[in-house]
Amino acid sequence: MQSWLDRPIADIAAAVTRGDVSAEEVTRASLAAIETKDPALRAFLTVSSETAIAQARAVDAKRLRGEKLGKLAGVPVALKDALCTRGVPTTCASKILARGERGWHPPYDATVVARLKAADAVLPGKANMDEFAMGSSTENSAYFPTQNPWDRSRSPGGSSGGSAVAVAARMTAGALGSDTGGSIRQPAAFTNVVGVKPTYGRVSRFGLVAFASSLDQIGPFAADVRGAARILEAIAGHDANDATSLTDPVGAYEAACDKSPRGIRIGVPEEYFAEGLDPDVAASVRAAIDELGRAGCTIRPIKLPHTSYAVATYYVVATAEASSNLARFDGVRFGLRIEPPRGALTDMYGQTRDAGFGDEVKRRIMLGTYVLSAGYYDAYYLKAQRVRTLIRRDFEQAFAEVDVIATPTSPVPPFRLGERLNDPLSMYLADVYTLPASLAGLPALSLPCAPVPARDDRPALPVGLQLMAAPLDEERLFTAAAAFEKVSPARDLAAR
Amino acid sequence: MAAETAKGSALLGEQEVRNVAKLARLELRPDEIVRMAGELSAIVGYVQKLAELDTSDVPPTAHVRLARSPLRDDAPLPCLSHDDALAEAPRVAHDGFAVPAFVDD
Repeated sequence: MQSWLDRPIADIAAAVTRGDVSAEEVTRASLAAIETKDPALRAFLTVSSETAIAQARAVDAKRLRGEKLGKLAGVPVALKDALCTRGVPTTCASKILARGERGWHPPYDATVVARLKAADAVLPGKANMDEFAMGSSTENSAYFPTQNPWDRSRSPGGSSGGSAVAVAARMTAGALGSDTGGSIRQPAAFTNVVGVKPTYGRVSRFGLVAFASSLDQIGPFAADVRGAARILEAIAGHDANDATSLTDPVGAYEAACDKSPRGIRIGVPEEYFAEGLDPDVAASVRAAIDELGRAGCTIRPIKLPHTSYAVATYYVVATAEASSNLARFDGVRFGLRIEPPRGALTDMYGQTRDAGFGDEVKRRIMLGTYVLSAGYYDAYYLKAQRVRTLIRRDFEQAFAEVDVIATPTSPVPPFRLGERLNDPLSMYLADVYTLPASLAGLPALSLPCAPVPARDDRPALPVGLQLMAAPLDEERLFTAAAAFEKVSPARDLAAR
Repeated sequence: MAAETAKGSALLGEQEVRNVAKLARLELRPDEIVRMAGELSAIVGYVQKLAELDTSDVPPTAHVRLARSPLRDDAPLPCLSHDDALAEAPRVAHDGFAVPAFVDD
């Protein structure tokens, strides 16, 4: 029998609203799938069964009272564990937020969590991630790595790997992740699901544990484009609690999925098809772009000349901001504290942070502190901010000529667990195609295109097509993505 | 410029790593300091690629879309209760966060 979790989000919500199925039944199907599949995949850090059942019963009661249900009625949505949830522990996949066996219990819900609840979604659990969202493989979780359901010896990408796998293995219908340099798009590409990083400021970050504040953005995962559009509509919009959240009206993202793509001008930047791109990935993405041409889009080559500087720029800007943001984890107000006997306050800070942070987090705090320190600020931090302007200008010029830019999401198919873990720079270079949109604050999404073919040493593996647009032009992204999805060879492919 | 100075040297030596760790309030173990010196030198070496670009006339971007900073009304709103704020504290004393004694060093 087909599980409710195999259906698109719009169908689940419609069925719950009509009363064809109860929110509780859908939620129990999600919890059962987690119980069956997650012991191997390890996508979840916390499963909050009782809370989820209570939420589902409240949705069902609301329907029985004749009240109008929200657009995500009864839809199970996994939350990246960087999002604060009142009553459910939040770890950020770090040991520094835990004291003994007790996780940190945030005193409030993140705005996106409150908005999902207001849309009548059900929240079954908190998804694994790289510690503090620092990584591209989910191997930097302080608890355990998550496996890719397409090949369990491979990484699901990161940092929002748990969220991506929850959807890819149909344990939940949707998920939220956060994307600072590709942390939604790359795991979406690695697991054959849709992942959206909205325009910088489109979604409130209130209650998201901060990594790099000029880059962080929350966004949805779903099995289909429409489902992702629907979740984004529910969570987007101004929030007085986040001064960087935009006041512009939220677009009609779901309606945009039904529009004709005819006339959309699509740019293909040669810099994204250069050395380092896996030939099978290149073939899949080029075939997808050809399909968009057949659907009525016009395709033209463009140039984004500063692309090769994005990795260096990002790892200065993001680590500088992280070194400042993570100063709050000092053992004083919450989480872990190592208090040496007769030690001074500074000993407590130093020992707490050394014991609580993992290797990658320490590396980034150190790099960020270094590039901001006296004597290096101008050469590294200020320099990177100036190059960031050049990268933005590349896009401004491109969007004078085209509406959407199409590229691979990742230069390579999912890599093996452990393959890049001991070489930080090679892990950073895996983000080369997702970092530019982050630095420029653009909306971007990844959706499945043809998998790379199976070989002797591996099964067929997912490939992501990345689409980017000008700020706040999410609607056009959804139109183009939905048009390709209709003909995508990856359509209806699900991990077993 | 400092990048020029840094370029000729071994980038980050162990003493520099110790200094940065002190600024970052990280009490790194000796083995971590050795490893960090190598890893950070490789990353900083890669980042020096940015020096290839002439950016003398390019303004820095600190933030992408904050042309205006929206301010909310200056009206008092309810905030976290005292009990909620202290609920996760590792040590509480006199109704506040307790820390080891310290003097400015």
